[in-house]
Amino acid sequence: MTDLETFRAETRAWLEANCPAECRGPGGSEEDAIWGGRNAVFRTPGHKLWMERMGAKGWTAPEWPVEYGGGGLTREEAKVLASELRRIKAQPALNSFGIWMLGPALLQFGSEEQKKRFLPEIVRGEIRWCQGYSEPGAGSDLAGLQTRAEDKGDHWIVNGQKVWTSYADKADWIFCLVRTDAEAPKHLGISFVLFDMATRGVSTKPITLISGKSPFCETFFDDVRVEKENLVGTLNRGWDVAKYLLAHERTMIGAMGEVRSARPLGQVATDSIGADEEGRLDDAMLRARIAELEVDGAAFRLALERVGDQVKAGQAHPAIASMLKYYGSELNKRRHELLMAAGGADALEWESERSNHGGAARDWLRTKANSIEGGTSEIQLNIIAKHLLQLPGA
Amino acid sequence: MSLILTEEQTMLKEAADGFLAENAPIAHLRKLRDSKDADGVSRELWKAFGEMGFAGVVIPEEHGGSGLGAVEAGVVAEALGRTLTPSPFMGSGVLSATVLKGGSAEQQAAWLPRIAAGEAIVSLAVDEGAKHAPERIATVAERSGNGFKLNGAKGFVLDGHVADALIVAALTENGLTLFLVDPKAAGVEIERTVMVDAHNAARVTLTDVMVDADAVIGAVDGGEGLLEGALNLGRACAAASLTGAGDQAFQITLEYLRTRKQFGKLIGEFQALQHRAAHLFSEIEIARAATMGALNAIDAGREDAGLAVSVAKAKAGRVAELAVQEAVQMHGGVGMTDEFDVGLFMKRVRVLNELLGDAGFHQERMARSQGF
Repeated sequence: MTDLETFRAETRAWLEANCPAECRGPGGSEEDAIWGGRNAVFRTPGHKLWMERMGAKGWTAPEWPVEYGGGGLTREEAKVLASELRRIKAQPALNSFGIWMLGPALLQFGSEEQKKRFLPEIVRGEIRWCQGYSEPGAGSDLAGLQTRAEDKGDHWIVNGQKVWTSYADKADWIFCLVRTDAEAPKHLGISFVLFDMATRGVSTKPITLISGKSPFCETFFDDVRVEKENLVGTLNRGWDVAKYLLAHERTMIGAMGEVRSARPLGQVATDSIGADEEGRLDDAMLRARIAELEVDGAAFRLALERVGDQVKAGQAHPAIASMLKYYGSELNKRRHELLMAAGGADALEWESERSNHGGAARDWLRTKANSIEGGTSEIQLNIIAKHLLQLPGA
Repeated sequence: MSLILTEEQTMLKEAADGFLAENAPIAHLRKLRDSKDADGVSRELWKAFGEMGFAGVVIPEEHGGSGLGAVEAGVVAEALGRTLTPSPFMGSGVLSATVLKGGSAEQQAAWLPRIAAGEAIVSLAVDEGAKHAPERIATVAERSGNGFKLNGAKGFVLDGHVADALIVAALTENGLTLFLVDPKAAGVEIERTVMVDAHNAARVTLTDVMVDADAVIGAVDGGEGLLEGALNLGRACAAASLTGAGDQAFQITLEYLRTRKQFGKLIGEFQALQHRAAHLFSEIEIARAATMGALNAIDAGREDAGLAVSVAKAKAGRVAELAVQEAVQMHGGVGMTDEFDVGLFMKRVRVLNELLGDAGFHQERMARSQGF
């Protein structure tokens, strides 16, 4: 056996032994997922065990270095792990902005102390992070942000307001963009800082969305003390960190277009609508639209994998994340439109137990944010036009 | 397996792109077309393709080929898509060579070295109606004496008018069988069909055509698997050609956006066009990944390779179609002229889309494979 085959066999055996039965199969909604943190809530004890076991092995962040708690796997090994996880339909052991967004930025820009302090906790799911980027006056024009940090020698005093802060009310710490130089051009006066959400002066207020859920908050800072040791990267060059992190966030949101749900959409539709004697969906128009989407979905999955290969080979343009974000989020919206069409009148129920309290409809509405959060589709297209196509004036 | 080219594959790509840019750029297609060349394809260029090792890219080394895989065939096909070059590569080097690899030792020895050398053109005759539908083949081969008697009509036979041999798919008693047929045999009628893109195919009519038993490639009634393997490689290579043609049309259009001025501005400054270009760029990247995924799946002998191929052919086809529409539209009036190349890309993409199953054909396969 090659090393990779040995690794596959060992991984398969370990997963069989360590992934609890209740952590296999459909994972439920975003809120039901494992998010970790100081006040972690688990659907079952098995879910807690699953996070802890995967975290201890570093496989919640398979390709991070072992010295920071990661799995230390090669790209090829990580692909094997992912395919073995898919094989047993394992639910993610940890959903984490720490892993998806902050970690990569810390690995690139953080000090050795910051990496040693934060990364292992992130891998084990012991700390839950939120992202303080958007503000009421700084949406698409993010660099126009106004939250200010006043220099007090060994610390800053932060005042301002963030908005669309995902799970701010459940997070332990925040990675936050603050203005540290009000005189400089807007991109050159921003710093990237970390602080505890339990610090005095931090408050949050959930925002009710069209789905009826509140994954986002308004977050207020009123004379919040932030230690200088928690500055990531260079003072006033936080925009570099922010952009780097955004590329990872965009890849993450784009990856939502890569649905690996237990039941293919076409089968959800035949369950709901019925099929002819050859097993074809009893709605020829919908069937064609679903088939087209599945082709796009399968192709997009390969594009995600290919960009991963390019990153490993040092051939990826940083702005390629904008392509993944744009395409994946639009794809996910299309998928949920078709899920609603497949469900028909049944998918319209909002309160019944039968409909899992409007699960399909709420998920459908949630996806509308995909092409807004992390930079709108239009912003991604601007970035592609400018950085990847070098079009004039872009 | 990685979805990006290895160093060796990148070298092959550079060699193929370089060779075609020098020896068969778009001007080569125009010359064949405008001179009303009797063959519509250059035998000389095919010979040079053999010398470069491109013609026999998937033919084993023992038969004079390069012994490489699907990814390498896709690299050559993509290069041909960029230059729109008429070439027997798809018909002979990909489709027929793959079928013949499943033939007898004599058949292999007779044809594979000559294809690899760019000396022979062997055409695969599968399609019969307006659309690609190999499951509905009606051409019949009845047992007769020591061999078979073939009757039927084929269409969209690539290079059929200049073929040194035909491979005909026909129904036998209990299945599909593939036959090597001499184009000069009694009862074979061949009509050259010049297509919209100035590439060539033929209609082939078979009336009581007699062949010996040793004309059977593979087993009697056992042609389906052999054919499917060849069609899948052909489809994946067609996806690569579509990606190449679509991307080249896009690159030409980007250059136009960067240089054409209206209202005192470069038209590439207009956001309406920037966003469409950025969308198209994204689509082309996705199509490229799907194509690479299909070629990889074939090389890895994966069970679901057929599905991966359908994803690639459907996606690359739709994306290339968008690319050429945008190319003509963004060029405006000059995009409609014969002098500008973008119209040639539009024509070529239409043909490649129809070849070996269009997006609808392959999306149907996706639906069936997912059980709906």
